[in-house]
Amino acid sequence: MTIKGKAYIAGIYEHPTRHAPDKSTAQLHAEVAKGAIEDAGLTKADIDGYFCAGDAPGGLWPMVDYLGLKVRHMDSTDTGGCSYLIHLGHAAEAIAAGKCSIALITLAGKPRTGPMPPRAAGAEADFEAAYGATTHNAYGMCAMRHMHDYGTTSEQLAWIKVAASHHAQYNPHAMLKEVVTVEDVLNSPMISDPLHRMDCCVVTDGGGALIVTTPEIAKSLKKPLVRLIGHGEAMKGPRGGKDLDLTYSAGVWSGPRAFEEAGVTPKDIKYASIYDSFTITVLMQLEDLGFCKKGEGGKFVADGNLISGVGKLPFNTDGGGLCSNHPVNRGGMTKIIEAVRQLRGEAHPKVQVPNCDLAVAHGTGGLLGVRHAASTCILERA
Amino acid sequence: MAEAKKLPVPQGNPETAPFWEAAKQGKFMIKRCTACGEPHYFPRSICPFCFSDKTEWEESSGEATIYTFSLMRKSPTGPYAIAYVTLKEGPSLQTNIVDCDMDKLKIGQKVKVVWKPTDGAPLPFFTPA
Repeated sequence: MTIKGKAYIAGIYEHPTRHAPDKSTAQLHAEVAKGAIEDAGLTKADIDGYFCAGDAPGGLWPMVDYLGLKVRHMDSTDTGGCSYLIHLGHAAEAIAAGKCSIALITLAGKPRTGPMPPRAAGAEADFEAAYGATTHNAYGMCAMRHMHDYGTTSEQLAWIKVAASHHAQYNPHAMLKEVVTVEDVLNSPMISDPLHRMDCCVVTDGGGALIVTTPEIAKSLKKPLVRLIGHGEAMKGPRGGKDLDLTYSAGVWSGPRAFEEAGVTPKDIKYASIYDSFTITVLMQLEDLGFCKKGEGGKFVADGNLISGVGKLPFNTDGGGLCSNHPVNRGGMTKIIEAVRQLRGEAHPKVQVPNCDLAVAHGTGGLLGVRHAASTCILERA
Repeated sequence: MAEAKKLPVPQGNPETAPFWEAAKQGKFMIKRCTACGEPHYFPRSICPFCFSDKTEWEESSGEATIYTFSLMRKSPTGPYAIAYVTLKEGPSLQTNIVDCDMDKLKIGQKVKVVWKPTDGAPLPFFTPA
């Protein structure tokens, strides 16, 4: 049993807002749902599956009711920022199994307007809560060890932000549109060694949504056809403290699973959406997915190799989380949306990859240096 | 101005109570599985490696080396160094490196456990050895 080619992304919507103090979080979910349903050319009554994660206020009960959905399949898997990549895989499974035929996935929230509620504590709480792990320092610890083991440099990490900024200049909705240089990144304040402010993504309000459906229904609609041909998911944590290695992520497992199901290799990929919570996140994911050998990510990203039209692997052509949008501190949704734009040929002309027929959307969720999940989706223009 | 950091009180539970009781005596305990021989931290009843329930408490030397760290330059309670350290007995754990010149920390540096009081059982931190 495989999901290869059994589910199509028929609708996408990214909320244009980056700051929404005048809206409710549920309202933002409704707005992105409406946007994706209209993009697909469907109506709300057509939706029979719904997926949301920890950002949906109250979870499935209030959301299904608030949105006025009547569904026969639901899933509220929450793995932080990569939840929506996992939802896409799970929606494909449900569609392949006949459990639903048109699934809606939503993400929305307002971390720029106000602080996010704390996560529920796990079994580790007494043994870790006092040490102040945050996104910044949890990723900082990964970068510090990667530099120690492989000689990765701050200059190399900076190239990832530089590439994102080259793309963001063409995105009218991007929060940061200014093109930056390696020196700009290195001269920005140190936040948590060795990560500078410009190694960090933006904090934005907003959201996004997807419509996932059967091949038959997708072909009856008007949008260019984009299908999911491979999906993988995995989890990684310190696991009792044995053989701790923070230089790789759960992407080393989710990536190969997705590529194998799709029957393609990283060399075949024309465009990559890679979750960029921090520059180090991208570098490690590129290695883990097999775009280069472990430890050679620094060399791979340097000198503009990720800039569309310049380098070999165009990435995050919307400007990504580093420059454009990082709604609810969860980057997985916008990764899928920009990959679909590329495969449809709807990316900005300045960053559109010519003849883009195969893309990867990949992300992690949680804290890379503590406990995180990863999910990889291989998408193809049909 | 940074406020003094108020440490959270360990809540404890039936599975971990012996760790916190030993902590009050200044003993840093890990768990070792007598079925597969692997030590682990934080302590579980069932071995996270072989899933045997034959796990036993063992006092750690409290000696460790820094695996990695990051200096949080600003926080409501001032700068701090978060780290993973690897115990002499094997397991690695998350902690803070305290009572030190943070700018001189290095991966591979030797550190040792130091206890900081809370309103309940003390919490383990590490400091340069």
